[in-house]
Parts: sequence; structure tokens; C-alpha cells
Amino acid sequence: MELKLRLAHLYPKLMNIYGDRGNILCLERRCRERGIGFEVTELGLGEKMKPKGHDLVFIGGAQDREQGRVAEDLVKEKGKALKEVAAKGVVILAVCGGYQLMGRYYRGAEGEELPGVGVFGLRTEHPGPGAKRFIGNVVVEWQGGTLVGFENHGGRTHLDDGVEPLGRVVTGFGNNGGDGGEGAVCGNAYGTYLHGSLLPKNPRFADHLIETALRRRYKDLEMAPLDDRVEEMAHAAAVRLATRRGIISV
Amino acid sequence: MRRIAAIAAAKAAATLSQRLKMGGGTALPGLIAERIDPNIVPEMARRLGQGSVIVTGTNGKTTTARLLRGIVRAAGLRPVANRAGSNLMRGIAAALAQAAGLDGGFAGAKRRLGVFEVDEATVPEAARALRPRLVLFTNLFRDQLDRYGEVEHVAAVWRDAVRTLGDSATVVLNADDPSVAALAQAATGRVLFYGVEDTSRESGGLEHAADARWCSSCGSELVYSAVFYGHLGHWHCPSHCRVARPSPRVVATRIEMEPEGTSLIIAMPGGEVSARLPLTGLYNAYNALAAVAAAVALGIEAEAIERGLGSFTAAFGRQERLTVGGRRVQVILAKNPAGLNEVLRTITADGEEKDVALFLNDGIADGRDVSWIWDVDFDLLAGKVRSLTVSGNRAWDMALRLKYAGLETPSEVEEDTATALRRALRATPEDGNLYVVPTYTAMLQVRELLARWARQPAFWETA
Repeated sequence: MELKLRLAHLYPKLMNIYGDRGNILCLERRCRERGIGFEVTELGLGEKMKPKGHDLVFIGGAQDREQGRVAEDLVKEKGKALKEVAAKGVVILAVCGGYQLMGRYYRGAEGEELPGVGVFGLRTEHPGPGAKRFIGNVVVEWQGGTLVGFENHGGRTHLDDGVEPLGRVVTGFGNNGGDGGEGAVCGNAYGTYLHGSLLPKNPRFADHLIETALRRRYKDLEMAPLDDRVEEMAHAAAVRLATRRGIISV
Repeated sequence: MRRIAAIAAAKAAATLSQRLKMGGGTALPGLIAERIDPNIVPEMARRLGQGSVIVTGTNGKTTTARLLRGIVRAAGLRPVANRAGSNLMRGIAAALAQAAGLDGGFAGAKRRLGVFEVDEATVPEAARALRPRLVLFTNLFRDQLDRYGEVEHVAAVWRDAVRTLGDSATVVLNADDPSVAALAQAATGRVLFYGVEDTSRESGGLEHAADARWCSSCGSELVYSAVFYGHLGHWHCPSHCRVARPSPRVVATRIEMEPEGTSLIIAMPGGEVSARLPLTGLYNAYNALAAVAAAVALGIEAEAIERGLGSFTAAFGRQERLTVGGRRVQVILAKNPAGLNEVLRTITADGEEKDVALFLNDGIADGRDVSWIWDVDFDLLAGKVRSLTVSGNRAWDMALRLKYAGLETPSEVEEDTATALRRALRATPEDGNLYVVPTYTAMLQVRELLARWARQPAFWETA
């Protein structure tokens, strides 16, 4: 049986800000270099998501205007399937705006509420038009190492009791600038504010997602090591730049 | 009294900072002048006999304003202008203080016209202070999301600014950019559209980073019969709302790309101009078209427009050419996906192998967030570079991005700008061309080094 990673990419045209394309390119490259096939199903507005046939689901960030359009469609056309796949252990990666919409709800700057899918037990609220945006480089402690990225969000995310953050903030703001948590993990669903793009500079995390995604169908999967010298240099440079400058807001 | 003090202090600061080699002396003097007299910009702008023009947009501000200044001069007017990307209020204040006499008046005030390039986010403030007779919008691309916020936010800021301009102001808009064209709805005065009609310049589809592909009125996905670059092209909304690219009055009917420049023919009501510019790339054809449209709106004759375009030399860091150690070096600023895609397309157009140096910094003026490089189609360079040098404090981010574009091994990855630039020059054969593509702060560093090495005057003297 040929190994293949089947990726569902939600709203590639609408949710593609902040270089989210890099995440897709990274997953594809890290599969292909190992001889693992890679197949993308793009799901846009009005397209119903099926609960079968996905190993990994990706949703990126969007500008506010697009986020409103997506929220309604996401709940209506994809919400049920997303909850089903999450329950089955399919890997989900949700970044920034996508992360917010995977929670219970997003309340915008003017108090308007967008319903969320509820894959993550969390809520996101924007404190109002005058509130400071959380913008800057982030370094997060994750599984004995670090994740690096860039955050840019107005909403503050609060996890429900018992929900674990993806990592602890070393420098940056994270979920809400207060509790030191960044992102969320519910089963095999991962949410985060990190872009930059996230996966190319965090190859360990990318491989963790690929491996977890494929393990469901291929029990004796072997993940061959790749030449990550450039990745490691970029990761180290990002840690150096972020921590030397400390937390910077613009 | 206060005004005199402000102007004198600004002039003194400009002279001092140039003597001390602190830079061009374009921001600090303005800051001082504004501090001493907060009303300095509106008060002095009022004394410009020909009023003021604002040039804004994501890409092309500096070159377009420079082209327009040349045309204005050819028409017998004397432009007052901020220089070299110093496009916040302090840059405008400095320019006015520099051009004025100590009493705050201008010599030959009757023929004085302000031509100011203005930062996207500064448009409302500049419009309030200058009360411009014309505002030119070039384009709106995603750029420095960490600084400007989202594209839609910039569009909203512009809409509000246009609404307050008053009936006597003219708005000049790029018909090919859906979000710029939509500003017409907010205008109460005259609107003039410009656009490209030469469909042989089609790029063959929307690129990855295309922004304005949704109808501003109903939200449907726009349909393009021709795409020129980024999301600029011939567009219409397929739904019931029927919003479509307005029919432009000033049009580029023919654009010919040459290795060293661009020839174009621009048609306007009652005439036509042809010009050859020492600039390459379709985006520069757009800059010329925008400048011509503004000149037409100002009532300048075709003959003066043609002479003005003919007098053009490139602005610093905008395709300016230098010779360093026998190598010809061209510095091309690129700071967002749409701009860099066009630069790459231009560099690689003739299919020959090139020597290229990319400089990526993440200073505030560059945009702190370097994610945007993932939206750039670096694949355009694959198989077309002889040497590739990567530098800037985010050199490794760039190297990683290039690895994904099939450019596995740049010749050099070197964070230090001077070292990298030296190596890039060494990698370029003698009599060869080196293309240096920096972000904004990297451009300042690169330009200073090259100027020193080429024994060129410092940039503020040539800008």
C-alpha cells in the first residue's frame, strides 16, 4: 500500500494571509522527500466537507472582512464534519483566524459575535476598537524545544478549564497576553497564533503533525530524518532575534 | 514669530545633520518644525500658489511622485516635494520649511505646486493639513500587515479621507485595481481614471498573493478578462451587482519592455504621448501612467508631459544604476509580495542567467513580519541565477524560503550586509550586472555602501 497524506485545506483563497501557503508547501515537501504521497482537497465557500478521507485538516488566517464570511460557512458546511474528524483523531492545524473560529465563538471589536465550530473548548474576545493588537515575534516552549513564529491578533483567547495550551510563551503575547499560554491542543487538533510561516521554521512540529496524521492508517510508519540544516539556522536566528529584543509591540 | 522660529530651526537642523553625516536631514528637521509650530504644514501649504498634490498607494509612490515632479517642472511650475520616501507629516513639514524663506513665504509663490508622496496611513492627516487639489491613488496591496493593519483597513481609511476632500479636489484612480477604483464612490469632486489597455501585457492569471479578488459591493469573486500584475487588470463582478472596471480616460495603449527600459504610448482626451523611460517592469509603466493621469488632471499639455517624462532619472533605490568595481549594480527596492514578484519577473525576463543579491531585514520600516516572503513566487528565479546571495538580519528566513522554491543552495547566506554585498560583487563577472533587491532599511545600508564604493554622492544629494 502506497503511503499518502490526504490534506483538506479549508478556504485557501479566503484564509491565506500571513504566508499560510508556507505551511502547505512544508507539509508537501516533508512528505515527498520521504516518498509519502501528498494529496490536497481544497474546500472553499459553499462546499460541504465530508467526514471521511482526510488525514490532516488545515485552516489559516484571514482578514477581518473575510473572517465573517468564513465563520458562517464554516459552521454550516463544515462544522459537523470537523467535529467528527476531530473525534476520530484526524489531525487539525488551525492558525490565527482559523484557530479563533475553531473555538466556541469569536466576539469582535464592536461586540458582534461570530459562532465557532467548537472543536476547541475556548472563546476569543476582542476588547474593543482602541485595544492594543498583539504583534511581534513569538518563541514558545514546546515538548522540550521551541516553536518560533510571528503573531498579529486583536482577539484575546481564553481556554476552558482542562484545555491545554500548545506551549508556554517564552517571549511574545500568546493567547491573551496574561496567562502565558499559546495556542491550544484538544486530542490531535492544534490551534495557534503563530505564523511566519509556522511549519517551515518548525520542522519538528511539522513532522509531529505528519506522523500523528499518518499513524492512524499506517501503524508501522517510519519517518526518515531529513536534511534540516537551513531550517535549523532559520529557527535559531528567529529565537535569537526574538529573545534579544524581548517583547516588542508596535 | 513662532513660524519663523520653526522654519529657522528646521533649516538649521537639516544643515547640521547633513554636515554631521547623520543622513539626508529629511525627518528630524520636520519633527523639530512641527514641535515648535504644530500648524506649520497647513499654514505654509496655503501659500503654495498652485496648491498641493498627494501621491499615495502601496507601491510606486516615490517613482510616481518623481515622474510627476519632472512633468510639472516641464510645464513651467516649481514643485515643492518631500524626498526619498520621507513620506510622513514630518517629511512634508521639512520639505515646506526647506523650500520657504524665513518669513514662511515662497519665492515665486504663484508657480509653486506641492507634490508630496504620502504614506498610506498618513493620507487623512496629510489631506486635512494640505487641503490638496488632487489626490492620486496608485494601488493597494498587502504590505506590512503588522504596521498598516489589514488591506481592508487601509481601504476604509482612504474612503474616509476621500469623503472629506470637498468638491474642488480631483481624485485620480487606477481603474485596474478594484479597491482603488471603488474609492470613486466616496468622492464628491471630479474623478479621473487611468488604466492599461495593452492586453499583450497579460501575465496569465492571478498570482498567489492576489488581494482584491472580491467584489467591494456584493462580495462575489471577481472575474478577470486580463491580469497585468498582482490583482491589477480588467475585472468585473459576475453577479447581479454588475460592478466593473470603470472605463479609464488616460490609458496605456502600448507598452514595450526593453532590457534597459520601457517604451510606452499613453492616450488621453485630445492627445497622446510617447515616452521611453530608463525603468523596467510593468509596475513602472503603471507609475508613468499614474503620473501622466495626474498631469492631465492638473491641465498640463501633452507636449510638457512628454518633455517631463523624457527628463526622468531613477530615484535612489528604485532601479538606480551604479558602477562598482567594474560591475554594473542595479538596486531595486521590494517590500511586498506583489512588488517583489514583478521585480523577479523583470529581472528574469530575457532568460539569461543573472547575479542576484536579496536583502531581507525586519526593521519597523521593512515590516517586522517577514511571513510575506512565502507569498512571493521565487520559483521565477529557478534555473535563472548564476550567483545568488542572501543577506539581511532575516537572511536565514529567506534562505529557507528559497529552498522551497527549488533554489537549494544560494551561493552565500550572510547576515552582515557589507560582507554579503562584497561577496555578491565578487561573484558577479567583471562587466556583468548585479541585481540587488533589498527591503527598505536594507536599501539604505546597501545604497550607502555602494555609494561609498562607487564614490557616488550620498543619497540625499541625488534623490
